[in-house]
Amino acid sequence: MRIDLGEWQVAGNDSPPASGMDRPLAIEARGLVKRFDGFVAVDGVDLSVPEGAIYGILGPNGAGKTTTLRMLLGIIEPDAGLRRILGAERPHDVAHAIGYLPEERGLYPAMKAVEAIAFVGALRGLPLAEGRRRARRLLEEHGLGYAADRQIRQLSKGMAQQVQILGTLVHEPRLVIFDEPFSGLDALNQGKLERMIRALAENGTTVIFSTHVIAHAERLCDEVAIIAGGKVPFAGSVDVARDRIRPQVRLETRAQHGPWRAALPADARHEGAFWSFALPESGAEPLLRALIEGDAGILSLSIERAGLHDAFVAIAGEAAARALEEDKPEEMRR
Amino acid sequence: MNDPIRSGRLSTLAAAFVVARRDFTAILFSRSFFFFLLGPLFPVVIALMAGGVGQHVNDAADHPRLGVAMATADVDAMLAARGALAPRLNDAMPELVVVRRLAPGETIDARVELARGDIAALLTGTPRAPVLTGTPAQIAAWQGPVSLLAAQALGEAPKSYPQVALAGTASSSAGERKGRLLTAQAAQTLLFLLTMLLAGMVLSNLVEEKSNKIIEILAAAIPMDAVFFGKLFAMLGVSFVGIAVWASLGGSLVLAAGSALPALPAPAVGWPLMLLLGVIYFAMAYLLLGSVFLSIGSMASTVREVQTLSMPVTMLQLMNFFLASYAMTQPGSPVEIAAIAIPFSSPFTMLARAAQDPAVLPQIAAIAWQGLCVVIFVRLGARLFRSRVMKSGPTRPARPRKSLLARLKPARA
Repeated sequence: MRIDLGEWQVAGNDSPPASGMDRPLAIEARGLVKRFDGFVAVDGVDLSVPEGAIYGILGPNGAGKTTTLRMLLGIIEPDAGLRRILGAERPHDVAHAIGYLPEERGLYPAMKAVEAIAFVGALRGLPLAEGRRRARRLLEEHGLGYAADRQIRQLSKGMAQQVQILGTLVHEPRLVIFDEPFSGLDALNQGKLERMIRALAENGTTVIFSTHVIAHAERLCDEVAIIAGGKVPFAGSVDVARDRIRPQVRLETRAQHGPWRAALPADARHEGAFWSFALPESGAEPLLRALIEGDAGILSLSIERAGLHDAFVAIAGEAAARALEEDKPEEMRR
Repeated sequence: MNDPIRSGRLSTLAAAFVVARRDFTAILFSRSFFFFLLGPLFPVVIALMAGGVGQHVNDAADHPRLGVAMATADVDAMLAARGALAPRLNDAMPELVVVRRLAPGETIDARVELARGDIAALLTGTPRAPVLTGTPAQIAAWQGPVSLLAAQALGEAPKSYPQVALAGTASSSAGERKGRLLTAQAAQTLLFLLTMLLAGMVLSNLVEEKSNKIIEILAAAIPMDAVFFGKLFAMLGVSFVGIAVWASLGGSLVLAAGSALPALPAPAVGWPLMLLLGVIYFAMAYLLLGSVFLSIGSMASTVREVQTLSMPVTMLQLMNFFLASYAMTQPGSPVEIAAIAIPFSSPFTMLARAAQDPAVLPQIAAIAWQGLCVVIFVRLGARLFRSRVMKSGPTRPARPRKSLLARLKPARA
């Protein structure tokens, strides 16, 4: 007999996941609304991002992620709602403490890499000479020192993207906002970026990023906001999101019939040799006891904690999940 | 990292400076700037060529000739009379061309001869009874001189002419006014040409910015007003460099040409102040037009769209120039006041006024008004940009291309 309690055993039985709510908030948004000529792009979004957290905004394209980020940054003004970024109501007042990587990457093609980084720093109030000094050091640290004096147009797309990420960080911001940072990066550079994000958070920097790739959010984020159709149906820790749906049981038995069948919920599905069902609310122990005492003859049993993808489906709905997977704009708000 | 030097909040002015510094150096050290400097060379060469041809045509038009068709003796008498009078009357005496010496009894159809030759009017008959045929304006202009010629030919002109003593003055009131009007016109035209030549640069600059997709980085870091001001002042700086280069070359040409070039009469405010006002009004005209072009450039995504959208603005600016030119000849009139009040014609009108009116206070007031308008237009442009352009939306590869107007409609976030 093989019984695999998987991740559920580790996270589900211990103390509840650490919540960021006891930390001061880097971003606080209440009821943000943005309309474009009558079309409601963002509809009453609430966000609370604790300082030092890695926070993901998860949703398919067209869900309102970029518009929300742009409102938080002051690029566009909300039609309604309040926002507070690093304690300031006007984002530009704290622009020197924010780093931003937009979804559409952009650099001046004729600029040298070192100048491009220093220029972005200068826009955030970093003296140009200091920006150049830091730019060279950052490029060296990230293995791009040889490209410091090359023009952006001479760099590969991936390298240019890395240069832009370094420009986002050159002024040592307290809050970094990445809009779809992993798009356009190969697997190697995605891994590098993940490590960079973790390192930033370890140094106390708040990192907020939008993505439509659940795996990134699941691996990196302390908390996520699931956004779909301009609304945020869920915002909180990844664990809480996953706990929204009960762990899934997969059971293989020697016996086909017997008293043990009474322990299975009514909606249990029989697929081949396996039974699949959500773990009953009473928990694993009563289930196991009932199966053993009911002579089920357990061949294998696994109890898997729901992944963020399952949570997303449960929270945002099938249509949003499909759009997320297919990287297509969701149609459900029409 | 944790360097001791921290970044600090930038004021709008400081933020604009960061953008202006980048744009200024990027443009100044670009290859295209060299070609930009060469740009005016072509219109200047064409203008000189056109000017030469025009002068030739003008000369011909300014010296119309009077045809004479009389009996041989009468023709000779008229030619001799002109020879006698021309030194005293200079240009007032028409040049005579013998169309035909008529035999006794021969007649001529004046209208046919007029249509055939390159004469402005035809004199027939006899010195005692001359007949002048031509357009009403031309025969009215020549009636007096022809009468004098006929009298001279008949020997009935005064036998002696009293010597007129000449006492020259540097200027007369009417002459001074005319001279200053010429200066005003020259200054206005130069200002307009420079503005139109240079303001277009702003357009292509912002289109390039959008194609680089860097605009969102700018908009996230600093207020859009600062982005617009930075871009405008960078281009103004580039324009001044261009003007300095052209002025140096032009100055060298003037020095080389010496007195061959005509000197413009001194403007009412004097040359030093006139030059200073020229610089200020160029800056104002440039910033005003540039702020409009910048707003257009921010909405357009291709050069073609820029050209389409900027055409009406260029036409309107041409109308403003015509308004200012007309207002120049109507000092103190409601037309001039309107031309001063309309921000886009105000710099041209006021520069022309400086050439004609020494009062400085209205100049200061006009500069303040134009400066205020620049601020308002830039802010409006920045607001328009943020509300209309900074929208995100889903990627739809199969979406058919929409027209510009359609794209100004809402996009899905």
